[in-house]
Amino acid sequence: MSANSKMTAAQIGVSKKEMKKNGVKRSTGALIMDIIIYVLMTILMIVAVYPLYYCLVASFSDAKQILASTGPLFAPLKPYTMHGYKMAFQNAGVLIGFRNTLFYVVGGTLLSLSVTMAGAFCVSRKYFYIRGIAMKLILVTMFFSGGIIPLFFVVRWIGIYDTVWAFVLPFGVSAYNLIIMRTFFSGIPAALEEAALLDGANELQILVYVIMPLSTAVIAVIAMYYGVGYWNSWYPSLMFQRDRNLFPLQMFLREVLITNQSTSVAKDVTMQSAEAFDRELIKYCMVIISTVPILCIYPFLQRYFVKGVMVGAIKG
Amino acid sequence: MNKSSTSGSVPATKYIKPNPFKMLLKNVKEHPWLYVLFLPVLAYFLVFHYWPMYGVIIAFKDYKPMKGIFASNWVGFANFAQFLNGPYLWRLVRNTLSINLGMLLVAFPLPIIFALLLNECRSVKFRKVVQTVTYMPHFVSSVVVCSLMLIFCRSNGVITTMLSVFGMPQTNLFSIGKFFQPLYIAMNVWQELGWDSIIFFAALTSIDASLYEAAQVDGAGRWRQMWHVTLPGIAPTIVILLILRIGNLMSLGWDRIYLLYNEMIYEQADVISTYVYRTGLQQMQYSYSTAVGLMNSVINVILLVGANVVSRKVNDTSLW
Repeated sequence: MSANSKMTAAQIGVSKKEMKKNGVKRSTGALIMDIIIYVLMTILMIVAVYPLYYCLVASFSDAKQILASTGPLFAPLKPYTMHGYKMAFQNAGVLIGFRNTLFYVVGGTLLSLSVTMAGAFCVSRKYFYIRGIAMKLILVTMFFSGGIIPLFFVVRWIGIYDTVWAFVLPFGVSAYNLIIMRTFFSGIPAALEEAALLDGANELQILVYVIMPLSTAVIAVIAMYYGVGYWNSWYPSLMFQRDRNLFPLQMFLREVLITNQSTSVAKDVTMQSAEAFDRELIKYCMVIISTVPILCIYPFLQRYFVKGVMVGAIKG
Repeated sequence: MNKSSTSGSVPATKYIKPNPFKMLLKNVKEHPWLYVLFLPVLAYFLVFHYWPMYGVIIAFKDYKPMKGIFASNWVGFANFAQFLNGPYLWRLVRNTLSINLGMLLVAFPLPIIFALLLNECRSVKFRKVVQTVTYMPHFVSSVVVCSLMLIFCRSNGVITTMLSVFGMPQTNLFSIGKFFQPLYIAMNVWQELGWDSIIFFAALTSIDASLYEAAQVDGAGRWRQMWHVTLPGIAPTIVILLILRIGNLMSLGWDRIYLLYNEMIYEQADVISTYVYRTGLQQMQYSYSTAVGLMNSVINVILLVGANVVSRKVNDTSLW
């Protein structure tokens, strides 16, 4: 590295004065470049984190002060309060939403994962006679769809409108995830399952006892894709559910955060009622409540997520 | 199928084309479990993808839910004509295209630049931290991202205040039409910059290290290495993603725009998908909105196939 940095300096005619840092000689040009990159990356990190930090700070602040404040916040505005969180956890919608979302995340992920895995296993087997057609059938759906209105009617016709199934089934299997899994399964040496086949194992047993133990990484990736997807999903509910007892957390979030948001906030703070202050405060608290669970597990899952994108990329 | 064509070149063996149906039955008998395992996926795609595709025939009918599809009257292309002659055609096409073009020009190159710059960082630890932090916004739900955007763009919001330094008005930015598209694009960049760069990092790590050594021997500096080794190395990835983006020029998810926009700024914010949602599920003009959606889908497929053909001709890279 040091050799080529010197070259850069020589070529672009920057001063050849060299610096010694970490025992490696570098030119000033390269150093400046390094500094620029580090500063830029630090700014990017701050920008990535700041919006949520703002919510965190605001959720402990006095709502009146937030509504009056302009520009960025860096620390909670006095008087500090937990009032917002108290209200949020007493809110019936939040509790129903949490319960439902938990159910959708666990149940939906299990269902989507098993169906995707079974399907991916089939299309990854060379001895599956309709493999080619099956793959085409799946790929076409990535590029063409009937649209949301016909889907809406299908949901009604099969009788799952306004049930928990309406949230889980219509977008239950992702062709993209299926292809990632298929790519991974195809990479497993056939010799391993041939032995099992000779011993008289059926395909279900091969999937469960041979393929799955070797694919924990990709199973984790897809489970997480589905899990995060269900946690953050809301529009299947908007389209296919009317009963508030079935709504996921994100639907209640949307109600509090967006539907109640008046497009023009009154300029005069004194004109606003206590109710408006509560509404303001509860927004930040709900953002934190709904986002923190994902962000807490995120660092542990990160390497799996990244792996998933890479497996998907191989196919491309 | 392929077997018959390849074996045709061998004159000695007379190849009898097997009956595919018999072959299938034989396969089912040999591997019944395989078909059992495939059944749920097949059912899913048939019910939730192919049935709606069949359902698009309501675009050619005057669909009345009480009557059902069959009894509803055929109207031919009347629904399409209504849209093509209607007042919203230009507005919807223009907004869909300009948001997507903006995304293509801004949100597409930025992750590439980001990956290239971060790749220049020598400290592996710092790189890891930057990656972890910048991937994070990807996992924040669209409801939260959009609502934060709305909060920050209020008349006294963080973004409004910061932009007012550059002479922007201190009002709710989402009440002014011309700001909608830049804000929408900025929001997407914020959320996906890090995540979209992963694929380029993957491509970067697969570049042969000996190429860099050779470049160094030839006297190439950092910039020249980036230009002559790194960029060509990730070019196939860039091209594939570019094809996908161009293929999606006319498609835009309705959910985020639906969360962000308001009636005041429909002129700049309303796109085809939000219009389909509104006219279809809110105003219950089922046939009409299905027609609009179908037209959009067909254009998308044409664009994607077109982009793929061009790419295959120009540099031998294609999706299929």
